[in-house]
Amino acid sequence: MLTNFAALEVGQHLYWQIGNIRLHGQVFLTSWILLGALLVFISLGTKKMENDPKGLQNLLEFLWDYIRDLARTQIGEKVYRDWMPFIGTLFLFIFISNWGGALIPWKLIKLPSGELGAPTADLNTTIALALLVSLSYFYAGLSNKGWRYFEYYVHPTPIMLPFKILEDFTKPLSLSFRLFGNILADELVVAVLVFLVPLVLPIPVMFLGLFTSAIQALIFATLAAYYIGEAVEEHH
Amino acid sequence: MLAFNFFGTTEGGLFDINATLPLMAIQVVALTYILNSIFFKPIGNVVEKREKYVSNNIIEAKKKLSEVEKLEADLLSQLQSARSEAQRIVSEAENESDKLYKEALELANNEANTSKEKARLEIESQTSAARDKLSKQADDLSKLIVNRLILEK
Repeated sequence: MLTNFAALEVGQHLYWQIGNIRLHGQVFLTSWILLGALLVFISLGTKKMENDPKGLQNLLEFLWDYIRDLARTQIGEKVYRDWMPFIGTLFLFIFISNWGGALIPWKLIKLPSGELGAPTADLNTTIALALLVSLSYFYAGLSNKGWRYFEYYVHPTPIMLPFKILEDFTKPLSLSFRLFGNILADELVVAVLVFLVPLVLPIPVMFLGLFTSAIQALIFATLAAYYIGEAVEEHH
Repeated sequence: MLAFNFFGTTEGGLFDINATLPLMAIQVVALTYILNSIFFKPIGNVVEKREKYVSNNIIEAKKKLSEVEKLEADLLSQLQSARSEAQRIVSEAENESDKLYKEALELANNEANTSKEKARLEIESQTSAARDKLSKQADDLSKLIVNRLILEK
């Protein structure tokens, strides 16, 4: 019984077959539940907007202000407005995925294969997010500066060219694997500890996991904003 | 139990990348648009409207404060000039009364002096007149005495 409850499944997925393509169903199921909760939360908070904010609206405004500060400090005063929704979405999506994966007892829902968990513990999700960030900063650079964007690659000296090109590959790689690794490791550590010592001991690790989850969301959003800011920055 | 099959099987595994990736990307892009329209835009409008309102109020309050300060300085300078004017008038009046007092004193002194002199002169003249009269009477009396003595003989 107990061993069943604490059993660990790594790299097992609930496959959905649609025509020729295969999907990780558990990722979508969890993300839909969490996103549904987020959207309900937000629509409740913005239902009756007042000039003198109360309750949920206050919380949402705090969140908005937090995201604006993040985007503004990294991207700069000029174009941060265009990218704030994207940065904010990344932050909110990763944050609720991480915390939702850690806080909700998904184990209680039995799946035929695999298990529900943080959508960010699946490499597909994190690579998708990282590639979106890559596309975003290319788009931001090209749309703001045109072909002059590529001056960035030879900016202080042309010697930088190979490193800057390499960076375009390492950025999405590090973004995706950092998030994936942290969240998966957190889930694994908790699962292993629960498996070994099912009482008390995993609790501090769970708190540590919550902390890491929040930090990872902030890191991802901050780095995404920083890359976009780097792409739109004017060199003189 | 613990089942670690990282790369092993063709089915599954940690690094199993499939159509989940593009679909998740599309989902996140859609979420961005949805959140933009239901969260970022409305909250941003409210917050920025309030920030504008607050900053306008602050500017207006500063303008009013500077106006008040100007008026206060104006009043203060008016008060100052009124005060110095009053000072001037008071000192002028004091000088005036002083002068008048001195004039009156001098006049009175002079008058007193002249009347004293006049009285002295009068006393002198009367004294000398009385002395003359007395000496004349003494003469007359002596003459009378002499005559009488001579006649009796």
